[in-house]
Amino acid sequence: MNFDFSNDEKMIRDQVARFLSEQCDSKVVRGILEGDENYSQGVWTGLAEMGVMATAIPEAYGGVGAGYPSLCLVAEQIGAHLAPVPFASSVYLATEALLQFGSDDQKESWVPRLASGELIGTLAADAATSCRVEAGKLSGKKMIVADGGIADFALILAEDEKARIGLYLVELNHNSVKRENLQTIDPSKNSSSLYFDAADAELIGGLDAGIAEIDRIYDRAAVLVAFEQLGGAARALDMAVNYARERFAFGRPIGSFQGLKHMMADMYVALKLAESNCYFAAWALDTQADELPLAAATARVSATQAYQLCTRDNIQVHGGMGFTWEFDCHLYYRRSNYLTLILGGLSEWEDKLVDCLPDERAA
Amino acid sequence: MDFNDTKEEAAFRTEVKAWIDANAPTYLAESLVASGFGSTGTGDKDPLAEAKMWQKKKSDAGWACIQWPEEYGGRGATPMESVIWNQEEGFYSKLSGTFIIGQGMCAPTLMAYADEDQKRRYLPKLASGEEVWCQLFSEPQGGSDLAGLRTRAERDGDNWVINGQKIWTSGAQYSDFGILITRTDPEVPKHRGLTMFFLDMKSPGIDIRPIKQANGESGFNEVYFDNVIVPDAQRLGEVGGGWQVSLTTLMNERLAIGGGIATGFPEIKALVETLPMGDGFAIDNPAVRSKLADWYAKTAGLRNTAARAMTALSKGEVPGPENSIGKLVAGGMMQDIAKYAIDLQGLKGVIVDPELAVSSARFQAMLLRSPAVRIEGGTDQILRNIIAERVLGLPEDMRADKGIPFSQIPSNTGSTGKTSTSR
Repeated sequence: MNFDFSNDEKMIRDQVARFLSEQCDSKVVRGILEGDENYSQGVWTGLAEMGVMATAIPEAYGGVGAGYPSLCLVAEQIGAHLAPVPFASSVYLATEALLQFGSDDQKESWVPRLASGELIGTLAADAATSCRVEAGKLSGKKMIVADGGIADFALILAEDEKARIGLYLVELNHNSVKRENLQTIDPSKNSSSLYFDAADAELIGGLDAGIAEIDRIYDRAAVLVAFEQLGGAARALDMAVNYARERFAFGRPIGSFQGLKHMMADMYVALKLAESNCYFAAWALDTQADELPLAAATARVSATQAYQLCTRDNIQVHGGMGFTWEFDCHLYYRRSNYLTLILGGLSEWEDKLVDCLPDERAA
Repeated sequence: MDFNDTKEEAAFRTEVKAWIDANAPTYLAESLVASGFGSTGTGDKDPLAEAKMWQKKKSDAGWACIQWPEEYGGRGATPMESVIWNQEEGFYSKLSGTFIIGQGMCAPTLMAYADEDQKRRYLPKLASGEEVWCQLFSEPQGGSDLAGLRTRAERDGDNWVINGQKIWTSGAQYSDFGILITRTDPEVPKHRGLTMFFLDMKSPGIDIRPIKQANGESGFNEVYFDNVIVPDAQRLGEVGGGWQVSLTTLMNERLAIGGGIATGFPEIKALVETLPMGDGFAIDNPAVRSKLADWYAKTAGLRNTAARAMTALSKGEVPGPENSIGKLVAGGMMQDIAKYAIDLQGLKGVIVDPELAVSSARFQAMLLRSPAVRIEGGTDQILRNIIAERVLGLPEDMRADKGIPFSQIPSNTGSTGKTSTSR
């Protein structure tokens, strides 16, 4: 047994961390939060030049083939720096779906351009019945699509004339598609409504396997999003600890008061549990282990709990200053609540976790 | 990252399995598996005798305290081999509860501070279970504030004379030896006036009285010392260096308690899978599922955290204070689980008679014992302080007793506001 990341994997993480520290500080995040741009093209291009989107993609499709544990550590950094880029949508969802279910031709035509960052994809998997495919043309709407205002194409869950559910690739930069940005709790991430009027649609994978396919994609993406949550939670705890060491009240640093100390100790405990569960899930993702669905749900549940707790109580430790627009606490608070809801909320993953537990009755 | 055994680990596992299959006390299996939290079920057999028998058998074959050096009764195994042994020993390890304090806390202290002759004399018999050890630390006036202890040791030639009282001493009534922390100088600040010894628990002047606990049982004792003589040769560390020595013991305590700690999760899962609710079982209810998911995530988090600690250990890193989270998480969780399980049982939940109660009253026993888990071996609050100060680097608490000679520290025991240092 060896329960740690390799030095090569850590090196990839450190490179991404260095780049994001330099090029993705909170000014960049605020630029997207407050401005008209949907994402930071500078950060996206920089990551692309470093080959970050290609991390876990096989070399045959233009990837680096550095494996999923490396991608997990990249995700942790994306989360820690609140990178305002469509990384999860394009890398964990669109790329993964194509790799898992696409034909060889489909992989060859789409994945290399996702690997290079030239194309951005997303996935819209809620409410299959809201879109319908007839004779290869897709019509209907998806109300809330993460990075829908940015992506070049979307994978859309839709039903066909015979009510069979399938996953369809639709190019979005086309007259037959209309997009409308939404106002959300985290404006540093783009969310849009997509409206389709007989858009060209290409089936990915089989028909009627749609829902099961999405579950498999979600399990894999959940591990990676959990690492983003982990990175953000660790950063929020750091902010709280640093502030509590520097801020004085009643003639002493506020971090010497047990009321705050114990709050931060609990944040650390939640973070540590989540981190260990995420590590296990990274192994399950990498090895395609049978434990993946349970490991993914477990990582997702505990990372969600940890990120929520750390961002909530980070504001509490900061007191009034934590509630100002000026301080960064709310950026993490917003992101933690946004990440909780993509891929389905906490209660959905709790339910899924229990579904995955072995039934030991009359065993 | 790899969770599978290496070739060497797999070969070791096979060897361990074969020995356990051939030697374990299978006649106890059923009652050990069924035994509830806080007790070792050995059916109609005497638990202490059975524990000693299994320990001796392991020791004779070289399977006791396998990580210890051979000359002290172990086999020089790696941390990973030790994990494999624990996994394979499974529920039979419940028999080893009697020896946890001696082997897990006293032994590392002896290894660090006893002389070579003493180590060769005491450690092998500690490993084999022929001699049982206890730890005499807590006092009525020194629990969380351990360094506030008052038991006096006064020099008398080559000996020390001990007077005072310890409390919450597990297993004192059947222990052969104990490690004892005392105050040797009340005129210096409290951490500097302490000295550690080990002593024969059959020494004249020792009086052991069981404590009747809130749950009606008696697992702990009060130990009184009335002019008990301890040779200076049995001092561990320097005179006045007892605090440093105690840190060795306590660090190992958290490891001994933290690894493989009971959470109550398997028990609550088994309950909700079979307890009828509505048209199905409790596990089908969304509220129950939400709780179960939370508890599973925590249990898995502890297991995976322990696996990471093992990896670090096998690379030669020293386990740090971050391992304090085990008991902190498990203690509160067990109390929550017990309360919830009983709530699900409705009015039946009040019954503690194992013949009548749901699940042989294991949750009722857990409910009544669990408050102690959040106190023993470091309260939840002390553990949070350790995490905050030693892991997160937050500033120390402001302390009213800092730098003041022990004899001048205000307390609630003296009429003058000054402390009396022997009772």
